[in-house]
Amino acid sequence: MSLKIIVLAKQVPDTRNVGKDAMKADGTVNRAALPAIFNPEDLNALEQALRLKDQYPGSTVKLLTMGPPRAADIIREGLFRGADGGYLITDRAFAGADTLATSYALHMAIKKIGDFDVIISGRQAIDGDTAQVGPQVAEKLGIPQITYAEEIQSIHEGKITIKRRLERGVEIAEGKLPILVTVNSSAPECRPRNAKLIQKYKYARTISEKQNEDSDYINLCSSRSYLNLPEWSVTDVDADVQQCGLSGSPTKVKKIENVVFQAKESKTLADSEDQIEELMIELINNHTIG
Amino acid sequence: MANYYSDNPSLRHHLNHPLMKKIVELKERNYTDREKFDYAPIDFEDAMDSYDKVMEITGEICGDIIGPNAEEVDAIGPKVVNNRVIYAPGTSENLKATVQAGLMGLSMPRRYGGLNFPMVAFIMASDIAARADAGFCNLWALQDCAETLYEFGNEEQRQQFIPRVCNGETMSMDLTEPDAGSDLQSVMLKATYDEKEDCWRLNGVKRFITNGDADIHLVLARSEEGTRDGRGLSMFIYDKNDGGVDVRRIENKMGIKGSPTCELTYKNAKAQLCGQRKLGLIRYVMSLMNGARLGIMAQATGLSEAAYREALAYAKERKQFGKAIIEFPAVYEMVANIKAKLDASRTILYETARFVDMYKTWEDIEKERKLEPEEKAELKKYKKLADAYTPLGKAMTTEYANQTTYDCIQVHGGSGFMKDYACERLYRDARITNIYEGTTQLQVVAAIRHVLTGTYLSQMKEYQEEQVNPELAALKSRLGEMVEIYEQLVPKVADTKDNEYIDFQARRLVECAGHIVLGYLLLQDANRNPEEFRRSAEVYINYGEAEVKKINDFINNFCMDGIGFYKS
Repeated sequence: MSLKIIVLAKQVPDTRNVGKDAMKADGTVNRAALPAIFNPEDLNALEQALRLKDQYPGSTVKLLTMGPPRAADIIREGLFRGADGGYLITDRAFAGADTLATSYALHMAIKKIGDFDVIISGRQAIDGDTAQVGPQVAEKLGIPQITYAEEIQSIHEGKITIKRRLERGVEIAEGKLPILVTVNSSAPECRPRNAKLIQKYKYARTISEKQNEDSDYINLCSSRSYLNLPEWSVTDVDADVQQCGLSGSPTKVKKIENVVFQAKESKTLADSEDQIEELMIELINNHTIG
Repeated sequence: MANYYSDNPSLRHHLNHPLMKKIVELKERNYTDREKFDYAPIDFEDAMDSYDKVMEITGEICGDIIGPNAEEVDAIGPKVVNNRVIYAPGTSENLKATVQAGLMGLSMPRRYGGLNFPMVAFIMASDIAARADAGFCNLWALQDCAETLYEFGNEEQRQQFIPRVCNGETMSMDLTEPDAGSDLQSVMLKATYDEKEDCWRLNGVKRFITNGDADIHLVLARSEEGTRDGRGLSMFIYDKNDGGVDVRRIENKMGIKGSPTCELTYKNAKAQLCGQRKLGLIRYVMSLMNGARLGIMAQATGLSEAAYREALAYAKERKQFGKAIIEFPAVYEMVANIKAKLDASRTILYETARFVDMYKTWEDIEKERKLEPEEKAELKKYKKLADAYTPLGKAMTTEYANQTTYDCIQVHGGSGFMKDYACERLYRDARITNIYEGTTQLQVVAAIRHVLTGTYLSQMKEYQEEQVNPELAALKSRLGEMVEIYEQLVPKVADTKDNEYIDFQARRLVECAGHIVLGYLLLQDANRNPEEFRRSAEVYINYGEAEVKKINDFINNFCMDGIGFYKS
């Protein structure tokens, strides 16, 4: 059995090492001050995909990423670790997308890719922490999903078995292919970059990268087709521009504040329905939830 | 998120040595592999970029996985279960990562699945790995046995074994026995030809075998019945899949505890002859050992690197008498000397590796075509230099690793004596480097020939001819004076024609040569990269000059009859 696997991956600012200049005065992320990295949980997802490939020879792993042109780094990084290819969707019209617009764009790209058995993504990205994109993509594609995966245990007769890591323990879940799986950081770390693959793919470029780069090695792309990384725009994936980027995003950032949690804000409730009800009303009224 | 390559600019400096252009061109045969292999370089810059990228992968694995595992691996160590070695969990994790990263078979030709990297790059990976964990460095660097298999095995054996090594199977070289340590001529492990099965059978015991439960072994055994010396020994390949070799026990060592040192029993173990009969010791093991010695130089250098970093970090952080201890002359001198010895070790390590690359690549080309006279001359020149620099470098770098790790503990004071800091492990790990693969005393035996025949002296003269920046002129002239002392000292000993006396003074003469050669190499480094090496060149030459003068005094003041006082 060979599988067609798509890994959703995102290039994110490295928010784990945040300095004081990480945010701009207007409350947006100062991307220039933070190195761009492969979203950590997407690397866990890639490892799960590569393990399936090891287990089922003949399987293919392709990355799909949306971002600015430099996000092609994510595809190369994946190729260096054992993926077979990847697609970058990039277009100014995709900019400013919230999770809804992002999942719309990704699902359109997946439709264009066509056939697949498993889509694997990280649970969430460290710049937004929403954990919404994976599930939304599954919904839009109309396929089942299993979230919080720690290990894909097996795939047998069209059924996938997954160990999920939940807050209070583990759960074994089964689902039917094709399926989307989101992977937790508790899953095994991604394998390292490989010496042969890095030499093979180091000149892999998208069209816009080729146009902007002045190097003799870029000519290699014409004789070695695997060095050409597909790059798709809104029209390439047949997307409705109104549903992409800012215009497709109902989420609007009103204000960003630095919030420091303080102990005095805590409240102890008695073990009664009334008290919980009261707290819920309070939280809804002050817009903490809802 | 540490990277032991990119955080260490001296590695890139050595990788980018001017001689690399020639080495890479020879090694790549004008880049002809590019048509056959998608990962082969298309030109020099491309090849260098690939080495750099692969060193970065190595640095990352060492910084993120192997280094952090070292303490636990040292504490747990391997064990023997049912005559097989079980590595410490951290060791298995390290091996898995290095195999996944494709860091096996680094120097093997691509047609066997290797990366066809020059020795310089392979040695650099060892250098980086040793900084992370010297014990693990052994397991990984034993892939160098494939070099011997490649050089002396037949094509069928190459095709059978080398791709397996490139895919991550480990190797061992089974040489020593209970009664054959430094004196390998006494090896008794018996090899008999089994006519029925058309193979060789090995019977006997080997001892102190690093990674003795490896997948593929190179074994030195006595194939010629009735012989007692080195000419009766041949080299064999044993495949663990065939069975017949058991691990009786593993040694409880002082250091490099993660690296299993095994006692092996061979019970009718099936083996293949590698190369020709009777050449096992005199030709193949000598070649194997030279490669291994270069590997130990890298291990010693990596250990000194670790010692320097631990000492520096502690000296900056530890406060006494109201300030960081690095501000006290007694401490900053120690740290500066550690750094100088580290840089001196690294510079001879890569100089030797380049010599090895030059002659080995010519030898390999010679298998494909007849060499032109000037090519043949170049082969000879570099082979001789490699022969001269390997024992000199092994002696100097491994003694320095002992000194740097010792001083690293000293910088830590009482804390250094506790198990809480890495320095005590480094010290224990370093202790073996000047013992195995030939003790320093045996390196001196090999190196003294080149003192007496003038190999080192002519190199010194060549170095003296090279132009340096004006600010380094004073250092250069001091080195020139050291050469003058050396030039007078050597005949003083040699002209006695008294072998015992020459042996008695040999180590001093070899050390003299070492201080001068290392001084010149550091001078070249400082000339090419003042920011990185100027300080070490100054500090090292201060140190080396004093040592040379001390040796000069000792020999000049020594009365030959005085040897009697040393004999018991």
